[in-house]
Amino acid sequence: MSVPATATGVVDPVATKTRGRLPRYWIVLALLGAMLALSLLRVVTGADDLTSSGTIAATLIAIVPIMLAGLGGLWSERAGVVNIGLEGMMILGTWGAGYFGYHHGPWAGVAGAVLMGMLGGLVHAVATVLFGVDHIISGVAINIIALGAVQYLAALTFSDLEGGGQTQSPKIGDVQSLTIGPLSDGLKDVEDKDLFFVSDLAALLRALCTNLSSLVILSFLLLIVTWFVLWRTSFGLRLRSVGESPAAAESLGVKVLRYKFSAVLVSGALAGLAGAVLAMVASSNYRDGQTGGRGYIGLAAMIFGNWRPGGLLAGSGLFGYTETLGLRQGGTSVHAMLLALAVLALFLGIWQVRQGQRVTGAVIVGVGALVAALWFTIDTVPSDFTGMTPYIITLLVLAFASQRLRMPAADGQIYRKGSAG
Amino acid sequence: MTRARLIKLVLSLAAPVLALVAAFAITSLVLVVAGDPAGDVWSTILSWPEERNLANIIKNATVLYLSGLAVAVGFRMNLFNIGVDGQYRVAAFTAAVVAGEAWLPGYLNTAFAIVCAMAVGAMWAGIAGVLRATRGVSEVISTIMLNSIATGLVAYLLRRVAEREEGSNQIGTKEIPEGSRIPNISIGEGPTSEIYGFIVIAIAAGFLFWFVLNKTRFGFDLRATGQSTTAAVASGISVKKMTIVAMLISGAVAGLVGLPILFGSAYTYGSTFQSGLGFAGIAIALLGRNHPIGIAVGALLFAFLDEQSNPLQILVGVSPDIVAITQGVIVLTVVISYELIRRYAVRLEQREVARALERPTTPAPEEAKA
Repeated sequence: MSVPATATGVVDPVATKTRGRLPRYWIVLALLGAMLALSLLRVVTGADDLTSSGTIAATLIAIVPIMLAGLGGLWSERAGVVNIGLEGMMILGTWGAGYFGYHHGPWAGVAGAVLMGMLGGLVHAVATVLFGVDHIISGVAINIIALGAVQYLAALTFSDLEGGGQTQSPKIGDVQSLTIGPLSDGLKDVEDKDLFFVSDLAALLRALCTNLSSLVILSFLLLIVTWFVLWRTSFGLRLRSVGESPAAAESLGVKVLRYKFSAVLVSGALAGLAGAVLAMVASSNYRDGQTGGRGYIGLAAMIFGNWRPGGLLAGSGLFGYTETLGLRQGGTSVHAMLLALAVLALFLGIWQVRQGQRVTGAVIVGVGALVAALWFTIDTVPSDFTGMTPYIITLLVLAFASQRLRMPAADGQIYRKGSAG
Repeated sequence: MTRARLIKLVLSLAAPVLALVAAFAITSLVLVVAGDPAGDVWSTILSWPEERNLANIIKNATVLYLSGLAVAVGFRMNLFNIGVDGQYRVAAFTAAVVAGEAWLPGYLNTAFAIVCAMAVGAMWAGIAGVLRATRGVSEVISTIMLNSIATGLVAYLLRRVAEREEGSNQIGTKEIPEGSRIPNISIGEGPTSEIYGFIVIAIAAGFLFWFVLNKTRFGFDLRATGQSTTAAVASGISVKKMTIVAMLISGAVAGLVGLPILFGSAYTYGSTFQSGLGFAGIAIALLGRNHPIGIAVGALLFAFLDEQSNPLQILVGVSPDIVAITQGVIVLTVVISYELIRRYAVRLEQREVARALERPTTPAPEEAKA
């Protein structure tokens, strides 16, 4: 998204240097920008739930599983292993949280979920790294195995327990959550005053200091830790070199297979943790089908984020937010989003035309006009469609941004030891 | 010559056998660790099916076969059509609506509905094909997204057109009139031992698949693109065009997947229409190495495991979901064992060549290469 590609495909090196890099705190600016746009939208359309603290708190919880799955994808794909089995590892995680959480308490549940996810990662690592199985085949197989295994295990372990059954575990305890009482109350007053932008910001801050689960905090810390480890340590440099050019890395003495193996294990652990968040924070027990394709969405968020942690956060924010809107009396909110989409498409289209991309620009403007027409003709979006929002957004984003994305050069390729010659 | 050929035959048979044995072993391990009676489970599953069960196996295999075929078309061109699941649901829904409205009489109605299903399946897959060809979007991600979109779309449309069935909460499309249903074929006595008449179309589709891929210029182009894009481009094939066409064909075949159920037993598309057939298709296509006969074997095996595991809960007290583990593990072990056997064959060949070179008197080193 950041590097403007010229029509000829030749990029001026000087221009890239000065214009191509976003400032380091872009994520904060983006967040403030998004809040500003949303509060504008709220005022224009009257869809008050767009920025209520309830929505934001729910969004935070919705973001975390997607972000953790995406982080898992980031680790493994940066080491060159495509991990479509994240969904299966998450499923394993939900069961692990349910089983260990019920028997040994919430933090044991977290540990169990991480271990179960790592187990899935181990299978993927053995298949892809040791045996050279195609990464997508292995991932699909893991998704099938994990689903079957968890249904089998749930029937085995939960059916005889009180409150449990074939498809769900008994209630499990929650991990501690954090509330800063006086601050929360004060911010509530500001939020209720209904001031433009100020109230919206207050709602955001209130969501951050009211009933914030420690797992959510841990997850955001893990995002920062991932960024630091992968981009600021020599371990990370080696890990990424394995994903870019394994032969070159091996010729420099990097143990390619070992790095790939550990990256996939970490990936599984993060996906398992995502399962724990689903079972313990987003709900209070293991349930069959709890993941609902979030592993795939996480992967999409990672691609959206151009295989970078900051972008991944932005991607999961987008998906988590639209998912939340779809769930909370979504009709009106998603209807309001249509207007935003139309305006966005209009600007994007005009910008594309000015860049010389006439056809693309015209298509985007056309889509925007259609969406605007839709906004005028209907009052609310049917519930079946609000559920589709994240998927449609993923498709649109990939369709319009995929040429600007650059994945690790050796991503998805099978590497056999000694290929460096 | 004969010895080399014999070794080759044994090796190619060894791979699937090894895969099955490994999958059974891993499943048994899971059973033992979980404290379930592994022996009883296998003796239930591996018993010879009764006529009624046999009919069910063939019925399910027909459906799974079409799903595997749809995935295999994409695989031949290195395209992962993970979206068969969404494609067949959109297509089956369309066919149910078209056939239920019965604009045409008798079998014309059936034929028209089938064509509509294939067209809609092709279109749904085509979205991914076009995105891949023109915008470079990975078909893996886009087809997964399209699956979820299909779920929402079909649920919405179903509610718009559906009629409530009498005495139940389920909603479904209009029932297909008697004259447009595809009659079942009997393999024994009574209505429980009937298989779908659609099996004829499935077999025809399998033959067509083999013929088009192996005997036509188009099929050659498709396989060439799958094996080496650069070579394909060099020989004048438009990779973009082939990508879109392959996805369209794959989607059209996917459009057939739900139809045996629709025209043979359900006669209506309701909220409980069988889902998840697309993912089984991926496993079956891999198991059958994208060959129509291999896919048939794979489909029969999967249908056999599904059917035979049904009584597990009652007879042995074990959840039938255990076979899902077996099925998933088979996918992995098949690929791994083919790779291991290939490496072994290469080593065997190298040793043979080395031995032939050591003895300069031996006249025919090419024997070893055969």
